[in-house]
Amino acid sequence: MKLSFSPEDEQFRQEVAGWLQQNLTGEFEKLRYRGGPGDEHMFPEERKVWERTLAEGGWTCVGWAKEYGGRGCSIEQQVIFFEEYARAGAPGRVGHIGEGLAGPTIIAFGTQEQKEKYLPGIVAGTQLWCQGYSEPSAGSDLANVKTKARFDEGRGKWVINGQKVWTSLAHESEYCFAIARTEPDSVAHKGLGFFLIEMDQPGIEVRPIEQITGTSEFNEVFFDDAVCGAGDIVGAPGDGWKVAMGLLGFERGVSTLGQQMQFQNELDEIVRLAKSNGAAQDPVIRQRIAGAHAELKIMRYNSMRILSGQSGSDGALQKEALIYKLFWSTWHRSLGELAMDVLGPECEILEDGPYELSRLQSMYLFVRSDTIYGGTNQIQRNIIAERGLGMPREPKGAAK
Amino acid sequence: MEFAFTQEQDMIRETAAAFLAEVSDSAAIRRAMVTDTGYDPQLWSRICTEMYWQAIHVPEACGGMGLGYVELVATMEQMGRRLLCSPFFATVCLAVNALRVAGNEAQQAHWLGQICEGSVTATLAFNGGSRHEDAEAITATWQRDGDSYVLNGDYRYVIDGHSADLLIVAARAEGTSGAEGISLFLLPAHTVGVTRVWLPTMDQTRKQATVQMSGVTLAQDALMGEPGQGWASLAKIIDLATIALAAEQVGGCQQLLDMTVAYTSERVQFNRTIASYQAVKHKAADMMLQTEVARSAIYYAACVAQEALEGGPLAGELSEAASVAKSYCSDAYFSIAGDSLQLFGGVGFTWEYDVHLYFKRAKSSEQLLGNGALHRERLASALLD
Repeated sequence: MKLSFSPEDEQFRQEVAGWLQQNLTGEFEKLRYRGGPGDEHMFPEERKVWERTLAEGGWTCVGWAKEYGGRGCSIEQQVIFFEEYARAGAPGRVGHIGEGLAGPTIIAFGTQEQKEKYLPGIVAGTQLWCQGYSEPSAGSDLANVKTKARFDEGRGKWVINGQKVWTSLAHESEYCFAIARTEPDSVAHKGLGFFLIEMDQPGIEVRPIEQITGTSEFNEVFFDDAVCGAGDIVGAPGDGWKVAMGLLGFERGVSTLGQQMQFQNELDEIVRLAKSNGAAQDPVIRQRIAGAHAELKIMRYNSMRILSGQSGSDGALQKEALIYKLFWSTWHRSLGELAMDVLGPECEILEDGPYELSRLQSMYLFVRSDTIYGGTNQIQRNIIAERGLGMPREPKGAAK
Repeated sequence: MEFAFTQEQDMIRETAAAFLAEVSDSAAIRRAMVTDTGYDPQLWSRICTEMYWQAIHVPEACGGMGLGYVELVATMEQMGRRLLCSPFFATVCLAVNALRVAGNEAQQAHWLGQICEGSVTATLAFNGGSRHEDAEAITATWQRDGDSYVLNGDYRYVIDGHSADLLIVAARAEGTSGAEGISLFLLPAHTVGVTRVWLPTMDQTRKQATVQMSGVTLAQDALMGEPGQGWASLAKIIDLATIALAAEQVGGCQQLLDMTVAYTSERVQFNRTIASYQAVKHKAADMMLQTEVARSAIYYAACVAQEALEGGPLAGELSEAASVAKSYCSDAYFSIAGDSLQLFGGVGFTWEYDVHLYFKRAKSSEQLLGNGALHRERLASALLD
C-alpha cells in the first residue's frame, strides 16, 4: 500500500489550485460554496458562465479521453481535481449530469454521429443535460417506465409521450436523456429505448416541484408528442435498460472525494458553531461530533479503497463500493440532525422571512432526500444482501 | 496512490487464512480456552517455527522478518476471524512494539532475538485497575535505590500476564500524576517480588491476570528510555497495539457475517429460508456495511502505524488513526455480534454454537485499550478543546 501522490501529481495539484485561486474571483466570488445539492436553485445564470469559464481553462471533463475533448487525466489526477475544486469552495457544477452521465454513455454506446453532435457542447460547458429516468410509477421500481416512444415513419422521428419526475436542472437544460418504452406491450426492463431529447420544443413542459426546503431544484417533465431524430436513440430499440445500467459502471467514485470535501466543510461549520455556543462542552454532543469526524475520515479511506481496487472480472462492484451509497447517505442525514442539535433552540430561527433557510437548516432538510434518491436505503440493503452476500432475491409481485 | 494489498500481502493473508482455518477451528478454540495458559503450546510452537509470525515486524537485524504493519494487520485480521488462542497479541502487538519504540539497542538485540526464536513470550502491564486506559491508570510506583530501581504496586487486566516470560511494565515516580514521572521497565516474569494471578474472564479466549510488584529490585539495564519520560513512548506503544486490536475486531466481524449468512441460508421457517426475509437481509446488509467500513479504517491505520515506526509523512496521525479505527471497530464488532446472536435465534443462545465465543470476545475487545466512547472523547478533545 502506498498512500502518497507522486511529485507529478502534486505539481498537478498546484496547477488546479492556482487556476481556481486566479479565476474564482470577481463576479464568481459570490458562488463559493453555493449551488451544491440542496442549493441547486441558486445563481443558475452565473454558474452557467462559470461552467464556460472552466471549459475555457480546460477543466471540464477532465477524466474523458483526449479524443473526445477531455483532459485525459489519470484517476489520481481526477481525485486531485475534485478535491481541490471542493477545497476552493467552487460552486456546484451545472454541467455535472452531461459530464458524468450523458457524455460517458454516448462515448460508450453512441454512434460517431452522436459523439460529434453532443460531446463538444458538454466539453464547452454550453449545453446542459438532465436525466429522465424516474416516473410517478417508476421510483424504486425504475424499470416500470410508462413513457412511450413511437417511431413516426412519415416524419422520420421518434415521438415521445409520458411523464418524468425528480428531474433536476430540467428547466436549465438543453437536453434530456430518457428511457421510454419502444415496445408498447413490453414490461419491466425489456422493450425500452434510450433517447437524447432536445428540451426546447413545444411538446415538452417543465414544472418545478416545491420541496421540503420551500425551494425547487427537481422538476416534473411532461412529454406531449415531443420528438427527437431517428439518430437520437442510443443503442437499438429495446436495449435502453442495458444502456441506462451501463452508466452505473462509469462512476468509480472519483467525484465522491469532492463530495466528501463538501461534507468536511459542513462538519467544520458545525465544529465552529459548537465551540462558539458552548455545545462543545456537552458530552453527548462531543461524542456525536467525534463520531461524525471519525466516520468521515473512514469514508475517505473507503473511497481510496474503491479507487485502488480492481473490479471483479464480471464487472461486479467491490464490497466497499456496494456499501458506499448507504454509508454516506446515512452519515449525511445524521449530520443534519447533529447540526440542529448543536444549534439548539436557535435552529428554528430563519435567516429571513418568509422562508429563508441558513446553509445548515437547508442541509438538515435536504439530506432527508439523500437516503431516498439514487436507490433508497431499503433498496440499497436489498442490493447489498443480494449482490454482496448472495442472499435470495426479493420475490416480485404479479404484473397487473 | 495504491490503497490495496500488494500480491505479497495478499499471499500473506491467504496463507494465514488457510493455516488458521485448519488449526483454530471450533474444537481447537474450545480445547485451548479452558487450559491454564489459555493456548496450545504445540500450536504456538508451530506458529513460531512454520509461520514465524512472532517475528513478523521485527527488523531483520534483530532476527525478524522485517515486514511492515500492513502485514501484521492482515495477519491479526485472520487471527480475529478464527479466534486464535495464542500469546501473539501480548508478545508481538504489545511487547515487540514496546521494544521497538522504547528499547535501547542492547534490549532490542537481546529480547527481540529471544522472541523471534520463539523461546520467550512477553506482555505489557500498565493499568492499575482504572476503567480508562490512559496515563492516570498507572498507579504502580518506581523509586531509585542507589544504582537500582525498586517497583511497588498492582496491575490489572494484564493480557497473558500469568503466562508471559517477559514483562514490560509502566510505573510512576511517587507523588506524580498524569503523564509525569512515568518510566518503563523490562523484567523477567520470575523476578523476586513479582506475583502473578490468573483472572477468570467471561471471554475465555483471551486470558488476563493481575501482576503485583512488591519491592521488586531492578538493575539499571531494566530501564527503557529516560527515567520519568516514558509516557510519550507508552502512548505510542498503546496506539500501535490499539490498531492491531482493531484489525482483530474486523476479522471477528467478517466471520460473524459469514456464519450468519450461512446459517440463515439453511434455516427454514414458513417453508422459506430465513435469509429470504427482508428483515434478515437488511440486518445482514448493515453488518456487511459495518464490516467494510471497519476494514477501510484499519487498512489506513496500518499504513499510518507503519510510518509511525519507520518514519513518513503520516507518522503524526498515529493517535488519531488509532482512535478512529478503535472507536468504529469496537462498536461495529459488538453490534454485529449482537445482531448475529439475534439472527441465529435460539441456537445462538447455546454454549454449543460458536456465536457466544465471538459475542464475548467482541465485548472484551471493545473494553481493552479503550472503548468507543473513550476514543471518541480523545478525538473530541483534539477537535473541540
